Amino acid sequence: MSAAGAAGRAVIRVVLPAHLRTLARVDGEVKIEVEGPVTQQSVLTALEARYPALLGTIRDQVTQRRRPFLRFFACEEDLSNEASDALLPEAVIAGAEPYLVVGAMAGG
Amino acid sequence: MSRVRVLVGTRKGAFLLTSDGKRASWEVSGPHFGGWEIYHLKGSPADPDRLYASQSSGWFGQVIQRSSDGGKTWETAGNKFAYQGVPGTHLWYDGTPHPWEFARVWHLEPAPGDPDTVYAGVEDAALFKTTDGGRSWQELPGLRQHRSAGLWQPGAGGMCLHTILLDPARSGRIFVAISAAGAFRSDDGGQTWLPINKGLQSEGIPDPTAEVGHCVHRIAMHRSRPDVLFMQKHWDVMRSDDGGGSWREVSGNLPSDFGFPIDVHAHEPETIYVVPIKSDSEHYPPDGKLRVYRSRTGGNEWEALTNGLPQRDCYVNVLRDAMAIDALDPCGVYFGTTGGQVYVSADAGDRWAPIVQHLPAVVSVEVQTLP
Repeated sequence: MSAAGAAGRAVIRVVLPAHLRTLARVDGEVKIEVEGPVTQQSVLTALEARYPALLGTIRDQVTQRRRPFLRFFACEEDLSNEASDALLPEAVIAGAEPYLVVGAMAGG
Repeated sequence: MSRVRVLVGTRKGAFLLTSDGKRASWEVSGPHFGGWEIYHLKGSPADPDRLYASQSSGWFGQVIQRSSDGGKTWETAGNKFAYQGVPGTHLWYDGTPHPWEFARVWHLEPAPGDPDTVYAGVEDAALFKTTDGGRSWQELPGLRQHRSAGLWQPGAGGMCLHTILLDPARSGRIFVAISAAGAFRSDDGGQTWLPINKGLQSEGIPDPTAEVGHCVHRIAMHRSRPDVLFMQKHWDVMRSDDGGGSWREVSGNLPSDFGFPIDVHAHEPETIYVVPIKSDSEHYPPDGKLRVYRSRTGGNEWEALTNGLPQRDCYVNVLRDAMAIDALDPCGVYFGTTGGQVYVSADAGDRWAPIVQHLPAVVSVEVQTLP
C-alpha cells in the first residue's frame, strides 16, 4: 500500500462517459483531489462533491449502489464488483492511469 | 400580441417551439439534453420563465433541470427522491410483493402561486414536493401509505403517478392518477388520500369494480369547474360531476374508447378532446387515420377532427401527457406523436397542421400562453 493510497492526498484522473461530461460541463478527463485512502468510494464522493450535477447519476443517492448499466474500469481491470472501500491500483493513485466510468453498450 | 411556447419532451431530448398568437410560423429550439429521455417539462404559472424538466436515462438515472429564462439556459436541480420511512411493498406483475423502488419522474406540476413550489409524480408511484425550486424534494407519504397501496400493481409502462391536478378553487385539494392503481383525491394538501374510482369498470382485473386497480390513463379538468373531471381510462372515457365521488361512462360514439390523453377546451368547459387508439394491444389509430375527437357536450356525442391530419397509413400513438391547450381565443390544441410529429390547431380543433414532423418519439407536450 502506498502512502498516498493510505492517507495522503492524491490527484486522480477520471474519465466520464459523454453524457456525464455534458452534465458536469467538462471536456475530456477530469482530475479529482482525493484525501485519505483512494478507493472507488472516496473517488466517487470527491467527484460528486466537485461536480454536484453528477449526484445520483453514477450511484443511487439512497442506496449508494452503482447504477446497473455503468461499469468501473482501471488498468484494464473491471472493478465494478470490487468492494467500494478497496484501494484502487497504484497506477491510478499515482496518476499514471485513469479511473474510467463506462456506460454499458446497450440499446440507445 | 400574445405568444405561445410549446414544451416538448421526447425520447431523445427536449424541444421548445415558439410562435406568436397566430400560431402559424414557428421557431424550434433543441434538442436540449440530447440523448436523454425527457418525460415532462412544465412552466410555472407564477413565473412563465421558470421551467422544470424531468430528464432521465436507463444508464444515469434521474436528473431535474430548471430554467429561469424561459429555456435559454438550464441548471441542474436536486434529484434525490427518497421515500419517507420504510418504503414497504406493492404487488409485482406476478402478484408477489415487490419493494417500492424509485425509477423516474413522470410529471412535474408547478404550483400556481409560487415558482419554487412544484409537485412531482414518480414511478414507483408516489408524490413528492419541493418548496425551494427543486433543490430538495420531500415525499408526501400519505398516498404511498394508503391502506390499499400494498395491492397496487404496475401497468405495462411501470407503476407511475402520471397525472397531478391542483384544484384552483379549493386550497389543498389535489387529484392524482396512477397506472394501474386508479385515481385518488386529497383534501388536505396531500396528507391523506381517498381512492375515487367508484363507477369505473375494468374487465382486466378480478373484481371489475374494485376500489383500486384501475388503469387510469389521464384525468383533466376545466379550472372554472374543478368538480367536473374527465378521464381517459385504459378502456372507456369517463366523467365525474362530483370531484371524483362517482364516474359515468361518456364514450358514446367514439370508434374506440381506448386511448391515452384527454383535455378540456380553454373557454368551453363542456368541450373535451381525446385521441382514440385501436386497442390495448394495437397502439395506433383505428383504420390508419389519425383523428382527434371532440365533444361539445361533455362526452357521449363526439365528432372526428381530421382536417390536416393524416387519414391513411398512420400508425403512431399519442401518449398520455402529449396533449395541451393554450389560453388564446380561439384556443390552440396541440398534440405530439410517437412518430415525432407535433400538431397544432389554432382554431380549437377544426384545422390542423404539423409544427415539426421528425422529432424523436414525443412523450409529453405542454403549452404556455405568454403576454
